[in-house]
Amino acid sequence: MTINNNGMFARATPLLFGALFIIGLVAPFAVYPTFLMKILCFGLFACAFNLLLGFAGLLSFGHAAFLGTAGYACGMLVRDLGVTPEVGILGGTLAAAILGWVFGVLAIRRSGIYFAMITLALAQMVFFFALQWKATGGEDGLQGVPRGHLFGLIDLSNNIAMYYLVFAVFCAGFFIIHRTIHSPFGQILKAIRENEPRAVSLGYDVAKYKLLAFVLSAALAGMAGATKTLVFQLASLTDVHWHMSGEVVLMTLLGGLGTILGPLVGAGVIVSLQSELADKVGSWVTVIMGVIFVLCVLLFRRGIVGELQALIKRAGIN
Amino acid sequence: MEIFGVPSALFGSQLLIGLINGSFYAILSLGLAIIFGLLNIINFAHGAQYMMGAFVAWIALTKFGVNYWVALLLSPLLVGALGVLLERTMLRKLYKLDHLYGLLLTFGLALIFEGIFRDQYGISGQSYEVPELLQGGVNLGFMFMPIYRGWVVVAALAVCFGTWFMIEKTKLGAYLRAGTENPQIVQALGINVPLLITFTYGYGVALAAFAGVLAAPVYQVNPQMGSNLIIVVFAVVVIGGMGSIMGSILTGLGLGLIEGLTRVFYPPASAVVVFFIMVIVLLVRPAGLFGKAA
Repeated sequence: MTINNNGMFARATPLLFGALFIIGLVAPFAVYPTFLMKILCFGLFACAFNLLLGFAGLLSFGHAAFLGTAGYACGMLVRDLGVTPEVGILGGTLAAAILGWVFGVLAIRRSGIYFAMITLALAQMVFFFALQWKATGGEDGLQGVPRGHLFGLIDLSNNIAMYYLVFAVFCAGFFIIHRTIHSPFGQILKAIRENEPRAVSLGYDVAKYKLLAFVLSAALAGMAGATKTLVFQLASLTDVHWHMSGEVVLMTLLGGLGTILGPLVGAGVIVSLQSELADKVGSWVTVIMGVIFVLCVLLFRRGIVGELQALIKRAGIN
Repeated sequence: MEIFGVPSALFGSQLLIGLINGSFYAILSLGLAIIFGLLNIINFAHGAQYMMGAFVAWIALTKFGVNYWVALLLSPLLVGALGVLLERTMLRKLYKLDHLYGLLLTFGLALIFEGIFRDQYGISGQSYEVPELLQGGVNLGFMFMPIYRGWVVVAALAVCFGTWFMIEKTKLGAYLRAGTENPQIVQALGINVPLLITFTYGYGVALAAFAGVLAAPVYQVNPQMGSNLIIVVFAVVVIGGMGSIMGSILTGLGLGLIEGLTRVFYPPASAVVVFFIMVIVLLVRPAGLFGKAA
């Protein structure tokens, strides 16, 4: 799987990030905040997934398990134990990280196609647990999770306050991913992706690096899931279903695999499409998602951001 | 009569259901293994193609009055032909890329098929009547066996072993095995490898559709029947490894039986027991029971 990296972008990125940050700050006054929060949650989820597929070359088809488990954990902590929201998010993230470690230890024993099938099967196991265990509410999910007061002070039932918390969580997650990719650790991940035998021969403990990347990606996906539970005051089976695992792959692929902003763009497009189409076309949403998938794989493998970068690069050369 | 404190009739019927499920696992994992061997693609649409096999039989019966026996032949042919078309127009373009793109493409196709059928027929199941010849049952002494269920196991095993025979003992099978080992050399020897690949994909898909027709009278025909099954079949494939045809068949049947037994002794675990076995196999023998070490 390819990645787009170019010196020119490295110089332009601080400007771009700064502009996006300001847009993020003023956006809730122009656009419906709940919609924005949904995009940011899924954006972080997709960025976390992209860290694994785009930079370490590992296709997990079970990332919904981390999103969902963290959502349930956060929901139980906040609703049933009455902890504050930030503790709920941390607790959910931790739960996802532990689950990610378990998945990772098992899945990295195989590679490629098998890796994808194993993560999918393990996630399905989590789905059945969520379905059958009383504490998760089965088919009904975990309903009526209160947003509570951040640090016991700020009332999050106010949508604008909630938005800034989600925005802060997203920025923190995004910063961690950005730093990881550009750290020596991230470089080794890329080396493993490009040529695993060579990385082994250079003396790197490949399994350890893969596992660490997996846990990190799972934890960040969990952070997105826990935050999402607070936003919608609900954790449900949809979040652990394999459809969700497929959706995050689609968001990443559509936005641009291995690009830093692609997953966010992809999440934005898919979430907008779904909310636009949901009441107009009913079950055709699944068909449309499938068609986008097929088109992305056949014609559009660089994704939106990847294509844009290629376009700018070509313009720069001419 | 009791076995381990469980009434023998219950024991027997759960074991039979296990064996039937196992037969479906066997056919589907066999198809996946054949396709993977030559195309290096994991066919995520396999479950959707199984579902379509069942739907084609159901539509043929209710709309056109085509009976079960014709459908058993017609449905795999039609769905297999669709498979050939998909291979020629789409999958073919991906062989030079990372294998994961094949998984992603077929995942998208599975979503499309499932969505179309859900839009047309809703999520509630349609029932398909057991053909007249196979209605009723026989009393085996320790249990009552519906004849149709016995037929499913026999037919599934016949197809599995027929496929095994074709691959291991015939000339076409020899080409196929050679193509799996080294397509370039086989091509250089004058064998039309692209055609072989198309045929293989079509055959794997037809197997899935055949399983779908067999399943139609046992389960309800509904758009989601394939997607839930295919994830279990993936676990079966991880447990067995895709290196051996006979391995796929035996693993499928064995896991079906274990699942049936679990349903007798501890029903809540029956949905996850295959995944649990997968975890143990990964810890003890990561390459799979019949797999070659990676």
